[in-house]
Amino acid sequence: MTEEKVIIAGFGGQGVMLMGQLLAQAATHEGMHTTWFPSYGPETRGGTANCSVVFDNHPINSPVVSVPDSLLILNHPSLAKFQGKLKEGGVLVVNTSLVEEKDLRDDVRIIKVDANQKALEIGNLKVANMVMLGAYVKASGIFSRESLLKVFKERFTGEKQKLLEMNTRAFDAGMELAAD
Amino acid sequence: MNSDTVYRPKQGLTDREFHYCPGCTHGIIHKLVGEVLTEQGLIGEAIGVASVGCSVLNYVYFDCDMQQAAHGRAPAVATGIKRVRENHAVFTYQGDGDLASIGLAEAVHAAHRGENITVIFVNNAIYGMTGGQMAPTTLIGQKTTTSPFGREKEGTGEPLRVSELLATVPGAAYLERVSVHDPKHVRKAKKALEKAFDTQMKGKGFSLVEFISTCPVNWGIQPRESLDWAVENMIPYYPLGVFKDPEKEEEDD
Amino acid sequence: MSRVLMKGNEAMALAAIKGGCDAFFGYPITPQNEIPEYLSEHMAKEDRVFVQAESEVAAINMVYGAGGAGARVLTSSSSPGIALKQEGISYLAGSEVPCVIINVMRGGPGLGGIQPSQADYNQITRGGGNGDYHLLSYAPENLQEAVDLIKQSFDKADAYRNPVMIAVDGLLGQMMEPVDLERTPDSKQRERKEWATDGDAGRRGKANTIVSLHLDPNKLEEHNLALKEKYDRMVENEQRYERLETEDAELVFIAYGSTARIARSAVESLREEGYKVGMIRPITLWPFPENAFKKLPDTVHTLLTLEMSLGQMHQDVKIVNQGRYHLDLYARTGGVVPEPEEFIEKAKAILKKEDAA
Ligand SMILES: Cc1ncc(C[n+]2csc(CCOP(=O)(O)OP(=O)(O)O)c2C)c(N)n1
Ligand code: SF4
Repeated sequence: MTEEKVIIAGFGGQGVMLMGQLLAQAATHEGMHTTWFPSYGPETRGGTANCSVVFDNHPINSPVVSVPDSLLILNHPSLAKFQGKLKEGGVLVVNTSLVEEKDLRDDVRIIKVDANQKALEIGNLKVANMVMLGAYVKASGIFSRESLLKVFKERFTGEKQKLLEMNTRAFDAGMELAAD
Repeated sequence: MNSDTVYRPKQGLTDREFHYCPGCTHGIIHKLVGEVLTEQGLIGEAIGVASVGCSVLNYVYFDCDMQQAAHGRAPAVATGIKRVRENHAVFTYQGDGDLASIGLAEAVHAAHRGENITVIFVNNAIYGMTGGQMAPTTLIGQKTTTSPFGREKEGTGEPLRVSELLATVPGAAYLERVSVHDPKHVRKAKKALEKAFDTQMKGKGFSLVEFISTCPVNWGIQPRESLDWAVENMIPYYPLGVFKDPEKEEEDD
Repeated sequence: MSRVLMKGNEAMALAAIKGGCDAFFGYPITPQNEIPEYLSEHMAKEDRVFVQAESEVAAINMVYGAGGAGARVLTSSSSPGIALKQEGISYLAGSEVPCVIINVMRGGPGLGGIQPSQADYNQITRGGGNGDYHLLSYAPENLQEAVDLIKQSFDKADAYRNPVMIAVDGLLGQMMEPVDLERTPDSKQRERKEWATDGDAGRRGKANTIVSLHLDPNKLEEHNLALKEKYDRMVENEQRYERLETEDAELVFIAYGSTARIARSAVESLREEGYKVGMIRPITLWPFPENAFKKLPDTVHTLLTLEMSLGQMHQDVKIVNQGRYHLDLYARTGGVVPEPEEFIEKAKAILKKEDAA
């Protein structure tokens, strides 16, 4: 594969850091090179949080992504901040529950995901990030479903094991939404 | 404040919106300091010293001259200011990591010299800004990112009670511990600040008001619960009250 | 090979454990907090020492004590905290107590910022504290290299009885990438330190002292010359660097750490376009790898220093260059991380000018 550079952005507490880590973990399992780099500092609490993830078959130089191939946007302020950076024809996965659709660019491939709504249907707003993740995995075709499920199993252990099922359901729902 | 007043716009503060997390009581404490400085007619001449912690940016909030100090060194900076600007109200605003850990020497020696400054000491039992590490004030059993098994007495000691400690220092003139978890306590806290600045302006020596404060984000609980947590866990260990009062001492003489 | 995905700070902390670290003393500061956080859990599990000191001043003095007593000791911090530690570092160097110090650099001066920076280069390579001394200092480019270097750093510190500095920045500290923690062997070297003040005078038959005080100027000069002899040995034996595509290069980048990572992208892109560009990457900042600049091909006409500080390393490049090549500098600072495109543009401008000339 050629290099894939992704930025995931939302507000603190939406779980954007975790989404990036799950992808990087899947890439590690698949023997790819990968880097994950977070925005860090006090502003990551109340305000917007984002991380950059890169996958490649070759060693990766800079973990800092200036022009992403794919963008996962979980809230409106993040759209304003990052949309302009996305490469032409890139993939834009947006959480339409919190993003105004009228502001979307028209020269990119848009995957609309009503993630909060879907998460509520599944039973917990917190899994909205997994709906988004599922949609991205489907749209990009870089990772298999199994690859991510393996990472989930490693992540959701002990106390967190009870979250495994719901997160998997949310992830699958996201994959389905992107398939439509 | 008369009892009908429900909300009053900020006094002594700029229009800048606070960056504090939801449920953090730093904001309430800022408001009180601004109000007291304004009501006492000091705001125009006051000089504040911001420390290093979540309140590091408070020089953009307080509507008076502000100087930003290195971590823990605010009382030393304030000493320098006060020595050359004797008639001005000089205050520091410090967290418990800043004052009780890295800056304990500066705090104790400012008190020891009887520096005529007022220290606003915000005790939230944790390092807020750096993401929730253990502070000297962290309670026994409290989990933080550097006490992952809960703070243990052995090896990390028992939480430091700064007001009580400073009460043994002769130069400390006014020391009180307050809380801001409900309106009644907020009013009391304001009185304490009034007395502290009064002590300073009358040239009676070092004053410090310790605030029991919240950090829901790093305590890992909801804002509402954090107030209860402070009342249930912090106040029993850090009792509220006056630890030193120059007027009392005059009476005693 | 078994690769695990880890955050830089955590990988470095784990590498220190594998390098034989007995004790850690530190104080919280962004962007290195994951080091003490990780160690607070894992040193306890390994039955080793973890102390959160009340300040960096206290932390480095604890390092001095524990290192003097013969333990393998680590501290970590970031720029303002390292600045506070300088007094203690000077004592450690002066009394020849080994230790390892990780500096996850951020922007300065003063409180500065918390984003990645390389602005402590002078502080790292010129001593930083008082007196004539040096730190053996490594600047890894990625987490694998950081892990490998840290695992060996306690051996190096003990061998030279000198503090070793690992200089990274917020980018390496905060990022995650897969690392193989078994690529290099764990440190097994645990010789008894006969010089240590470890309370074993009875067995030794003589008491040890650890001091940096020498009131007689002749004695102090003698001591300084002995230290100098040690530093000369480091210059002789410890220079490390990488030369990338320099064989036919016309323009050679000089870059270390995170900046070198980014410069590597630029070299690759420029090569694809046919530009003859290479890179010298210092891995040791002190001793500065002068050897890397020897026997460069005749094609080279310009050295371009790339750094996240305003020409601090460039001074060393000037010293080793001794007027041989054109020199140029491209610097970002304050926490701004450069993008490869910036280096590419700068390189093209230089190459064009040279062609025209
Ligand atoms: C010399 C130095 N060491 C460490 C730091 C990092 N640092 C910034 S804020 C802080 C702790 C602040 O905690 P506290 O005083 O309790 O205030 P809070 O954030 O909880 O309001 C630390 C350790 C620094 N800025 N300078
Ligand atoms: S981290 Fe804690 S102390 Fe800092 S602003 Fe948030 S709640 Fe307040």
